[in-house]
Amino acid sequence: MTTKTLPLADQDKTACSTPTKSTSTTNACRMCMPLGACLAYTGFERTVPFLHGSQGCATYIRRYLISHFAEPMDIASSSVGEAATVFGGEANLRTGVANVTRVYSPAMIGLASTCLTETIGEDVDSMIRRIAHPTEGLTAQTGQEIPQLVFAPTPSYAGTHADGFHAAVKAVVVEQAVAGETSQKVNLFPGIVSTADLRHLLEISAGYGVEPILMPDYSDRMDGSSAARYDMIPEGGTTADQVAASGSAQASITLGGLVTPGVDLAGEYLAKTFSVPHSHLPMPIGIRLTDEFTDRLSELSGAEMPTWLAKERGRLIDAYIDGHKYGAGRTAIVFGDEDLVVGVASFLAEIGIKPLLVASGGRSGFLASEIARINPDLPDIEVLDDGDFNEIEARAKELKPDLLIGHSKGYATSRRLNIPLVRVGLPIHDRVGGQRLLHLGYRGTQELFDRVINTLIQVRQDESEVGYSYM
Amino acid sequence: MKKPELAPTLPAKALAAVDLDAVAAIDLSRPEPGLSMPMNSPDPEALAKTLVRAYPPKVLRKRSRHIKINDPVEIPKIEANTRTAPGIITQRGCCYAGCKGVVLGPITDIVHIVHGPVGCSYYAWMTRRNQADVADEDQNFLNYAFTTDMSENEIIFGGEQKLAQAIQEAYDLFHPKAIAVFSTCPVGLIGDDVHAVARQMKEQLGINIFGFSCEGYKGVSQSAGHHIANNGLFTNVVGTEELPAAEKTNPFRVNMLGEYNIGGDAFEIERMLNRCGIQLISTFSGNVQYSEIARSADANLNLIQCHRSINYMAEMMESKYGIPWLKVNFIGAESTAKSLRKIGRYFGDPDLIARIEVVIAQEMAEVEPVRHQVRSRVNGRPVMLYVGGSRAHHYQALFADMGMPVVSAGYEFAHRDDYEGSAMADTITIDADSRAIEELEIGPDPVRFNPRKTEEELAELEAKGLKMHDYEGMMPEMAQGSLVVDDISHVELEMLIEAHKPALVCSGIKDKYVIEKMGVPCKQLHNYDYGGPYAGFKGAVNFYIEIDRMVNAEVWRLVTPPWAAKKKSA
Repeated sequence: MTTKTLPLADQDKTACSTPTKSTSTTNACRMCMPLGACLAYTGFERTVPFLHGSQGCATYIRRYLISHFAEPMDIASSSVGEAATVFGGEANLRTGVANVTRVYSPAMIGLASTCLTETIGEDVDSMIRRIAHPTEGLTAQTGQEIPQLVFAPTPSYAGTHADGFHAAVKAVVVEQAVAGETSQKVNLFPGIVSTADLRHLLEISAGYGVEPILMPDYSDRMDGSSAARYDMIPEGGTTADQVAASGSAQASITLGGLVTPGVDLAGEYLAKTFSVPHSHLPMPIGIRLTDEFTDRLSELSGAEMPTWLAKERGRLIDAYIDGHKYGAGRTAIVFGDEDLVVGVASFLAEIGIKPLLVASGGRSGFLASEIARINPDLPDIEVLDDGDFNEIEARAKELKPDLLIGHSKGYATSRRLNIPLVRVGLPIHDRVGGQRLLHLGYRGTQELFDRVINTLIQVRQDESEVGYSYM
Repeated sequence: MKKPELAPTLPAKALAAVDLDAVAAIDLSRPEPGLSMPMNSPDPEALAKTLVRAYPPKVLRKRSRHIKINDPVEIPKIEANTRTAPGIITQRGCCYAGCKGVVLGPITDIVHIVHGPVGCSYYAWMTRRNQADVADEDQNFLNYAFTTDMSENEIIFGGEQKLAQAIQEAYDLFHPKAIAVFSTCPVGLIGDDVHAVARQMKEQLGINIFGFSCEGYKGVSQSAGHHIANNGLFTNVVGTEELPAAEKTNPFRVNMLGEYNIGGDAFEIERMLNRCGIQLISTFSGNVQYSEIARSADANLNLIQCHRSINYMAEMMESKYGIPWLKVNFIGAESTAKSLRKIGRYFGDPDLIARIEVVIAQEMAEVEPVRHQVRSRVNGRPVMLYVGGSRAHHYQALFADMGMPVVSAGYEFAHRDDYEGSAMADTITIDADSRAIEELEIGPDPVRFNPRKTEEELAELEAKGLKMHDYEGMMPEMAQGSLVVDDISHVELEMLIEAHKPALVCSGIKDKYVIEKMGVPCKQLHNYDYGGPYAGFKGAVNFYIEIDRMVNAEVWRLVTPPWAAKKKSA
């Protein structure tokens, strides 16, 4: 793989895509930091996410995530009101922790800040110390055992939902990881992926005999089964013991991990603190990127690719062949989280569909260089980061792609321009099953490939005067 | 809204056949009594105690005041509109959500700029909830979410300049009639003066630009945002334009207040009013344009659907322009008929009253067969509703139509008068949270104040059973022994479901999946699960069919509800 040094995405963009970048944002293409943090915390066992700030943040975020996952999701709030903005929100935080503890008996409360508490400069770390204090804390005061309190600072003005996600994962790891004799385990930081993706990552790892520590794993909690009695905190999630063991794992793999400068990744922390070797891989979508991932697993385990997986890989290439005449030479615009669009764009390039524009609301500054690094043969992919749908739609009008690939917020654009939308990522609010779409691995790519190609075929079929029903 | 076609001609024979004396004799003053509790209902006293058992003592005492056993005659006092205890998972949103998301957002041709970091604008981006039918030549920004997208830099150095730039950009891009600016949490904290920026840009650009200090931390719920929205809309828009003389020929001119056109409800209301020959000037604020609201002071009657979110507007318009308000409920076929009759009685015009009767008769002829059929399949099956600031009341009328008793209900963000009725409104204690929201002192307009009815006429109307500026509240229309639960929490909801074994719960997305996991269908009354309209006569038919489909869906045969599971394990 050749690595080229390229200018940062921001500099790159002004040259090629939007000549004048507007000051305001119209129809944003990213969500806020606390949303990502809440989702990440949900992937740790018996953890209740808790936002320190105005209760509206918890409500909006619950509405957004619940609509996507079609699953209950509780997020507590310290319900900071006007008075507390003047006198500080510690009393609210304390009461909130006591109430959540009483009602949920969680093992951990995953705290994250909001714009409000960050703006007034709340020192949450100190508050946590006081709440957990052995003689003056809540336990001393109420006799109630206090769960572990973990905190990630997540003001919306400083980053994206992806940043908040990674910040929360890191906060948990910092709190729980311990040193130990190096094990054969592998830390796997999946980033924001679907519940089906999480399950599949575990399956692939097991195929290599690798015992992965998946951080976080919300595949059960956010995609649960019907239950006569709904548990206040549903089963599932990475356990505290697993996170503790991450400090002595033989290696860490972060999938994606494009974050705004200033946000640290858990994998980096483990490398620095416990010398756990860290590799940064793109999301495994398509043959090439999944190969990178499986090669790494093979290296770490010393095992060959399991037969079933090799067969899946073979079937995927076979499917590429079957479908090439419908896909080759077509064009697409991809939008969504930076980590996801890098994978999707590279997959498209691999099947001959040219990604004309790859757009994200993310602000890592590395989107363009990452895409260029993976796709040196396609030097003229236009990249838009820190972008919004106003910009994406303006470019779509000119570029006239055959497809849009991204989350459901692109539907308005798709409808106005009459370009079909293939739904991937988060949020998918206008279809059932968005939470369990598989994107990763050879199998996930296969499903994505079929959806992409069938969308193209359907357009041709619908437009055809004859209406062929045989290919 | 698009201009409606002329009101259709109704058959002269039917109009002539209306017995006006019989219509005048219909009692419109009485609350409709709720269907009685099912025979095997759990003991309400014990249930109320169970609900709060898990809480720490202080929370237990606080929550107990929000949970009341109903008596429709001797209405018990319920606590409402107080701060949610931190850490108790609530359905409530924030002040910004009430101001931008509920009241102002649906106005189609105002550019709504959210001044703040990106999340708040993103989450209130309305792509489906509020509908509008906008003529091709008119502007429509419903599908847009504009934000200043504040970054760390503005938090530290101030965001006024960025806001001014954003307003300029929105103007250059769209040349809208008006721009509204909404403040999110950090704005008030860093001291940005959105009103000064709005004033300055208004002068500079020559269009109406106004700001709202609706920071999320204000008040105790979205209710504070409704009030702030009412104040701003009243001060900056209402009465700024006059209805053209050609549109003033019909004396039966009304505004529809507190109707946000979720699922197309306003379309159905527009259709009905038009059939009756009633002219709709504006709707606050579903399917409405800026100018319609600007001209709303020329109406002769204000109809209130959602009392909670818009009563301030009705009061202020009455004080300044002399327009009385009438509480209506266009949810439910019977209650729609009753509401239309109230409008007829208010105007007192025999032709109008006859028209309304003919319309009711024609529409009910289409409603009845469906209602009858559905009723045979759902009759007697209990329902619970925990939603909104009015909807938990309004929808009880639809369930009454179908014979489904409401065993428990409550609001998310209503005040005591929405439970107990306007009569007690003056006795509400004003706490610090409510005091923080400005109460405008409105006197009669020196030029435009024109009382549409004299004191004597109003008294006469009251004698005929038509009480103006009065909302009777939810509790008089609920059964004896039903449980009223304000600002319900997740735990309480789950316990109530186990206790009452309802056939259906009406709530919102945040509870929907908990409820459905328990084997009970949940109808969302915020966004209607993409269904609707449910208002008016045609809406009632839609709702009956929808509820029939939901409660009798095949899937419930595969799910064991908690009460059955309990029995199995016992």
